[in-house]
Amino acid sequence: MWDVEIRGMASAHAIIASTIFMATVIPAVFLENFSVYGTHMVWLYCVAGSVAVVNTAVFWLLGISPPTKKNTLSYKINRLSRSCLYFLLSCLFFHTVVVMYGAPLLESALETFSLAVLLSTLTTLRCLCILGPNVQAWIRVFSRDGAMSVWDTSLQITTGCSVIGAWLGAFPIPLDWDRPWQVWPISCTLGATTGFLTGLVAAPVWIHWHRKQLTYKLK
Amino acid sequence: MRRLPVLVALIWVCSVFYVGIFLFVGGFLLVRLEVNRTSTCADVLSPGAQVKGDFCLSEPRFRRAVVLIIDALKADFTRYDPENTAPKPFENKLPVLDEMASSHPSQARLYTFRADPPTTTMQRIKGFTTGSLPTFIDVGNNFASNAILEDNLVHQLGQVGKRVVFMGDDTWVSLFPKKFHKSLPFPSFNVKDLHTVDNGILQNIYPTMEGDDWDVLIAHFLGVDHCGHRFGPDHPAMAEKLSQMDGVIRSVIKRLKNDTLLVVMGDHGMTDTGDHGGESQKETDAALFLYSSSPLFSAPGSQVEPEVVPQTDLVPTLALLLGVPIPYSSVGQVLLPLFPQNGSRGAPTGLSQAEALWINVKQVNRFLETYSNMAKDIPPDSLSQLRADFSNISSQYLAAVHKGHLPSHELVVSMQNYLTAVRETCRASWARFNPFKMAAGLLILGVSCMLCYVISELSHVVIQEGLLKLPILSGLVAGLVVAAGQLFTQGYLELSWCLGAASLSSEVLFLWRTRGVSPRGRWSASGLLTPALLVLFLRCASLLSDSYVIYEGHVVTFLLFTLSVYVPLRLNWDGLLVPLPPDTQKPPRLLPTTLPSSVVRREATILLVWLGVMVGSLYLSLSLHNCREEQGTCQPSPFLSPLSRVQDSQLRNLHYVLSVVSLAMWGYLLHRWLRHYGNLNCSSVTVFSACFLLPLACVCMGLHWAVSATPEDTFRSLSELIGLAQVFLPRATFCLLGLGLLLLWIDPMTVFLKSRTPLNSRGTSLPPPKYRASTGISPQAELHHLIPQLYQRIRHSLEDGVTECGEADSRPAVEAYGLGTVYSAPLILLCGLLGLALLLLHPEGMALAFLLLLLEAAAVLHIHACSTTLSSLHKHSNGFSVPWAPVVSWSLAAAQFFHATGHLPTFPSIQWGAAFVGFPQGHTGTALPASLVTLNTFSSHIIFAVGCPLLLFWPLVCEVRGTRSTRSAGAEESEDAVMEMRLRENPQKFSSGLLQLAARYLFVNGAQVFASVCAAAILRRHLMVWKVFAPKLMFEASGFIVGSMFVILGVAMVMRVDMSVGGLFKKLLPQNSR
Ligand SMILES: [Zn+2]
Ligand SMILES: [Zn+2]
Repeated sequence: MWDVEIRGMASAHAIIASTIFMATVIPAVFLENFSVYGTHMVWLYCVAGSVAVVNTAVFWLLGISPPTKKNTLSYKINRLSRSCLYFLLSCLFFHTVVVMYGAPLLESALETFSLAVLLSTLTTLRCLCILGPNVQAWIRVFSRDGAMSVWDTSLQITTGCSVIGAWLGAFPIPLDWDRPWQVWPISCTLGATTGFLTGLVAAPVWIHWHRKQLTYKLK
Repeated sequence: MRRLPVLVALIWVCSVFYVGIFLFVGGFLLVRLEVNRTSTCADVLSPGAQVKGDFCLSEPRFRRAVVLIIDALKADFTRYDPENTAPKPFENKLPVLDEMASSHPSQARLYTFRADPPTTTMQRIKGFTTGSLPTFIDVGNNFASNAILEDNLVHQLGQVGKRVVFMGDDTWVSLFPKKFHKSLPFPSFNVKDLHTVDNGILQNIYPTMEGDDWDVLIAHFLGVDHCGHRFGPDHPAMAEKLSQMDGVIRSVIKRLKNDTLLVVMGDHGMTDTGDHGGESQKETDAALFLYSSSPLFSAPGSQVEPEVVPQTDLVPTLALLLGVPIPYSSVGQVLLPLFPQNGSRGAPTGLSQAEALWINVKQVNRFLETYSNMAKDIPPDSLSQLRADFSNISSQYLAAVHKGHLPSHELVVSMQNYLTAVRETCRASWARFNPFKMAAGLLILGVSCMLCYVISELSHVVIQEGLLKLPILSGLVAGLVVAAGQLFTQGYLELSWCLGAASLSSEVLFLWRTRGVSPRGRWSASGLLTPALLVLFLRCASLLSDSYVIYEGHVVTFLLFTLSVYVPLRLNWDGLLVPLPPDTQKPPRLLPTTLPSSVVRREATILLVWLGVMVGSLYLSLSLHNCREEQGTCQPSPFLSPLSRVQDSQLRNLHYVLSVVSLAMWGYLLHRWLRHYGNLNCSSVTVFSACFLLPLACVCMGLHWAVSATPEDTFRSLSELIGLAQVFLPRATFCLLGLGLLLLWIDPMTVFLKSRTPLNSRGTSLPPPKYRASTGISPQAELHHLIPQLYQRIRHSLEDGVTECGEADSRPAVEAYGLGTVYSAPLILLCGLLGLALLLLHPEGMALAFLLLLLEAAAVLHIHACSTTLSSLHKHSNGFSVPWAPVVSWSLAAAQFFHATGHLPTFPSIQWGAAFVGFPQGHTGTALPASLVTLNTFSSHIIFAVGCPLLLFWPLVCEVRGTRSTRSAGAEESEDAVMEMRLRENPQKFSSGLLQLAARYLFVNGAQVFASVCAAAILRRHLMVWKVFAPKLMFEASGFIVGSMFVILGVAMVMRVDMSVGGLFKKLLPQNSR
């Protein structure tokens, strides 16, 4: 039971990780002058879009999403629209947080917002996929005893890693090295992506390692 | 409450820190006093002797000079080795120097030119114009501008009417404002720009030389230095740059006239990586090339040629060759080969070697006498030796001249020796780091930080057992022993080593004694790896990078923001932020009792609201920062300029209104808080100061701002009145605030006792009195905050259970308003009064910053209080222990508001205007303006340091809310709001908590000092050491010193309150129980 779940998670994570890799490589073939630094926004939206699509697809196929009580169409549409709204709100929330952290308010607002979109894709979207548009459940998941399945634990790990990665990504910005990746927000987006990838790798490993200690209450 | 051990421990820790700072700074910062006297032509006359007379009048050896300074022209760059077939990029690129020196030996010489550390460009320019040994801090120098006030060559040349034309590095213009006949400065700031300065010079130097509007031409090329910093010497760009310089020298030589001297020199060398600043030979050895179209030197081999020319020697040489007096503070020695020997007078107008040396000796001796009268840093024994030498030389020379024959060769040698000895003596005391002192200071500081940590962990032990007695005594003994030893062996005392020995021995002894006391597991890594300490570690690490120091304001804000956001995240992780859903069947083992969910929800909301306030004030305060010159495109905050400088009258009015509103808010919030907790009901002097002095001071300040903001020409008729108001309004404010502080100290109690029964009928038959710490005077409020148990406990402990009374009447006989905040109210009032006084020293717009500071401090306190309440059941911390997170936040907030009040850790950014608040005419002494400027600079450190004990009180102050709702939820009635009276119930834990808090705060600040000391020690060769790290060290260390004093003041205030609370209870109890 454990092994099956962990293996399933590892393969799902591998697919998502490879998506990020593909989103970096494939546009380079089709687009001229594509590079991570040079056309950063294009890269960012490639990664964000592909991660969003693949995440949704993977979790839908695996059937991880919380079981819906009502199966009517209107209910589904309601859920979908709520999810979209939450995603947008989370983008705004991340944007505000990033600005509060010291990002410029007016100039390069687009870049800041793109970072917020990327962060939302890496964190909120997974919450939406796994827990549905239920803020109570989100808050619950991020407490010590809140995880109710391996997927919740993996959500904790990947979200934490992405946010910490973005946070760490801000560190090189003030240094006077004049490198292309010190331009706002490249180091932060790279940090978030790296953190996310680390989380994808770390989650199955960590769960495997601690499978004896982990006890989940039944849903 | 145990007062003495707490105070002794704190004072001891602080003094140990001070000794560490003192030792390190003594070894690292070379300090020299500036002598503000200038030489004149009349000085060089030797009275009674028939020497040449006033040599300024006689024709000098050269009429003009061209000085080409090639920054960082290392000695190696100028050597030419024809056998080297594969030269490196920096080798053999300046053949012109070698060519000239070998083909025209009587016209050209190439020397190694040795600079003195610090080998930074600004210090070097000062060095080879004043002839002195500039240190990092030349006391007497006005920090606000870099202008050289000491006597120097440029000044002397100007005095005799020479036209000095300057072009190149714009540092010169700030060093010599308005001294040049003509100047063409080019920006030197961008190290990556190799060509702007050099090309600017090249466009102008030849036309200027061919014209006739100059006597001395100084050109300072920066390309070589910038090339070194950017690429290092071993790079093709360096070859290109040096070849360009070769061409420049050739073209200049072609254009030289016979009466012109050419000097080509480097100000310092560079290391293999292209840096400079330190004292290694690669950095100090530059090149010096002298050339003239007419014969300049005697034939080679006729006399001893110096191997190496010290940089100071250029000044007297140039001065005498150009016929100006040697600058007053020069300690250089004339370069003898440029002067004709005795007897063989080659040039008819020149001074002979002996004459030049005599003038030089006279000048150096005059300087030495003046300097040794001003400062005591030259060792007395070498000073007396030098004096003896001089009188010897003087008598010999004058005798020789009197008899009319030439001074002997021995006399020339002894004059040279004298000059060398003076120079070496000065060098030893000014221009050398003292690595032993630096290491000792570093060691003591490191151990002090450890000490602070240990005291904070073992505070309950430290206050009880006499742990401190032995270390302090042994420290004193060690210090005395070292002092006696020094007196015995050397004959004089070096205070720093005695202090160092004393503090180190006491520290080590203390640590050794606590080794056994410390419980096991306390020193585990997990205790140190809390996120708060991680943030502190990041903060310390950031002090080691120049970029992070430059952007310090943002870095601190970033870290503070992170730490504040961490608190609710952590609480949520522990499942404490959100009330547990009622349907969940929680296993009872997890949480024995939970707070009612309504309380949790309210506390969580309050926490998030205050987090919002915190974030908002952090963000707004970012817009109040000043800018460093390194920060490129940054614009200083418009609120930083005084109102009188704002041109637009509408904008000025807006700023004024904003400032006054902030000021009023500051006063209102304080008053509101005090009234809310019932501290304004009694009739003590403190309440008087809170109710009347505080608003009055605010009004005075508002008026003062209005007066000082009026443009000078609008009310001409009232100008006298305005002048008077500018003197008296700020002084009145200071007096009011000072009076308030004094009253606060005299009677800090703000407790109002209200008896239900008439006073005269008090007797033994009365029901047992009860006290309540009321927060208000409304009847509803009276029902809350009873402290019945408290009274019983205190009475039992004092009276030893003499009276046993039944508790028949539940209504209290005596109520005490404001008892619940008896400790924090005076402290808040103290902060408020101090804050107003400090605000007065700032530009008006900074009132906004001070309001934000108040809000942010309140936010830190409330977040701390809420998280304590929320986690109170989670971890059972009896005792009053303040966790690391709020302490680190508190200290970061102090650092953040240092920046948000417009300060920067650089000397030019010091707000000198503070010295003239209330003293527009200036001062006579220096103590008052210096203390005003210090108070202004460290105001945020001061406010946060004084308010530090609030971190201990706040969870208790905010406790009311929790229990009140417990009551409403129908919980047991006996749990009454005790608030700060809890502290009195537990005096031992109170004192240990207070000591722990203060030790933690000192640890957090001390760790930052330690980090910046490390930065200065490790990076002393760094390009930015004198621009970034050394000033940062100075500010951090002074901030620590000021802050720690005010921490002790805050703790002393708490103790003062405790004493009067004790007095109150003592007074009450006999009255009521008799
Ligand atoms: Zn230089
Ligand atoms: Zn340089």
